[in-house]
Amino acid sequence: MESNVKKQLEIFALKARIGTVESIFNAKAGHPGGSLSICDVLAYLYNCEMKIDPANPSWEDRDRFVLSKGHAAPALYATLALKGYFPVEDLKTLRKSDSYLQGHPNMNKIPGIDMSTGSLGQGISAAVGMAIGAKLDGKDYRVYTVLGDGEIEEGEVWEAAMLAGNRKLDNLTVFVDFNGLQIDGTIEEVNSACPIDEKFKAFNWNVITIDGHNLDEIENAVNVAKNTKGAPTCIVLKTVKGKGVSYMENQVGWHGKAPNEEEYRIAMAELNEALQKLEA
Amino acid sequence: MADVIKCATRDAYGKALVELADKGENIIVLDADLAAATKTGMFKKAHPERFIDVGIAESNLMGVAAGLAATGHTVFASSFAMFAAGRAFEQIRNSIGYPHLNVKIGATHAGISVGEDGASHQCCEDIALMRTIPGMVILNPADDIEARACVFAAVKHDGPVYMRFGRLAVPRVFDEDYKFEIGKGNILSEGGDLTIIASGLMVKEAIEAGEKLKAEGISARIVNMATIKPIDRELVIDCAKKTGAIVTAEEHNIIGGLGSAVAEVVSETVPVPVVRVGVNDVFGKSGPAVELLHIYGLDADNIVAKAKQAISHK
Repeated sequence: MESNVKKQLEIFALKARIGTVESIFNAKAGHPGGSLSICDVLAYLYNCEMKIDPANPSWEDRDRFVLSKGHAAPALYATLALKGYFPVEDLKTLRKSDSYLQGHPNMNKIPGIDMSTGSLGQGISAAVGMAIGAKLDGKDYRVYTVLGDGEIEEGEVWEAAMLAGNRKLDNLTVFVDFNGLQIDGTIEEVNSACPIDEKFKAFNWNVITIDGHNLDEIENAVNVAKNTKGAPTCIVLKTVKGKGVSYMENQVGWHGKAPNEEEYRIAMAELNEALQKLEA
Repeated sequence: MADVIKCATRDAYGKALVELADKGENIIVLDADLAAATKTGMFKKAHPERFIDVGIAESNLMGVAAGLAATGHTVFASSFAMFAAGRAFEQIRNSIGYPHLNVKIGATHAGISVGEDGASHQCCEDIALMRTIPGMVILNPADDIEARACVFAAVKHDGPVYMRFGRLAVPRVFDEDYKFEIGKGNILSEGGDLTIIASGLMVKEAIEAGEKLKAEGISARIVNMATIKPIDRELVIDCAKKTGAIVTAEEHNIIGGLGSAVAEVVSETVPVPVVRVGVNDVFGKSGPAVELLHIYGLDADNIVAKAKQAISHK
């Protein structure tokens, strides 16, 4: 990846993290940890990969994105706002009763949301349906979805994975946000789905494991997925939950709570400092 | 007496799907390894390129149907009522109902008349479950003619529809030229002493009960209510006003189904006695379907008894 492109993506991802923290702070509720961990992959998909038109969110030949781990909505909303689907200022209305920005993605209220999600395990099924739909219609759009590593404890994920593998849905790319933490503790403490890569391989998927914050690795993996015929691809993203905010990183407690005033101030100072360095 | 045509509504469902595709409707049909029983197998044979078997995975069935609908397709998703409405309730609620997607759920083997398979497969809860989902349309046809009409109406309707079909061959009630409209019940015969509102295979029993009551000098209005949601409020209110007592009859738990829907309307508008005939909040058991229907009081004689009870409450 060219260094100026990478720099722009890093800036975009940082702005998405800022939007994420701001929206959750203003909402006084939300899920910062698992939102911050996926900002880099979203930055790459929405800026470099996906065939989209923010001015025409319902363009029927667009690539689809399903946030199966719907609680990471703040990261997706910030990404969509930065892409121009709706005003960045609106991020501050997240979860408010007069806002269209629902706590979890709603396809009928929010421009750019391709599927309503939030109940874990269901998004990947819808993504599989979309990928089958593309093939039935002879269309070449691709379908992307992001699962959580806790989410894949849901049985429906494996029902969907089995069907996608058997139907050789090579237009489907699934990311697993492998940050190692879920609400009740580490995934090992609760009910680990590891080895994640071997499981997807056993379901006849092409599997790639990468550093989920490394844009070069994301680019390479997405390209491999696109060029893989006859099998869906699972990209396991090794990530840091809470990435970019020092006191949230790798902390179970930051799965689903909002920062207070002081914590917000620290988070914004860290993120803005990083942004200024990049933009310098 | 001429032979009455008997046909299971599930057969009519399978035939209607084929007919729709033959007529150029661009539908996709999904099943979860029950195509031979739900009768989507007929569609699979006729239009294999538009049929997808997701295997024994009903949660994924509903999610895949939602994804297909989100890409602009009209999808029929089929399984037994127990596994469609029951196992996949939350997928229907969150992935289909909440985004109001164009998925038509064809749920077969509903009710006690599943027969020998027994309680594990006899779904008497599906209507109650589906009624609580905002925007869900629920259709429970009485015979093969109405079942076909329901499928044709569902495909024209924008949004999710739950269609409830039976395994048992049931006598035909309607003529070939029967016109069905979502949200409209129809008066099969007039009467002034009470109204019997029935759906599904209980419509035939309601008609028979009406004849028995007539022989005893009681005049019953008989109403077929194939659309459980949205319930035909206007007709229910009219029945309450004109006849002053109502008996409902359905092959479903008396909790949460047609009887509840009717009682909700009546109690808030024209409070008159409503007595419900249905499965009396118990699990079923194995046995021949027709025998079971009598055991659980799903027959004309029980409707007659309940009709007298309703009139006595006037």
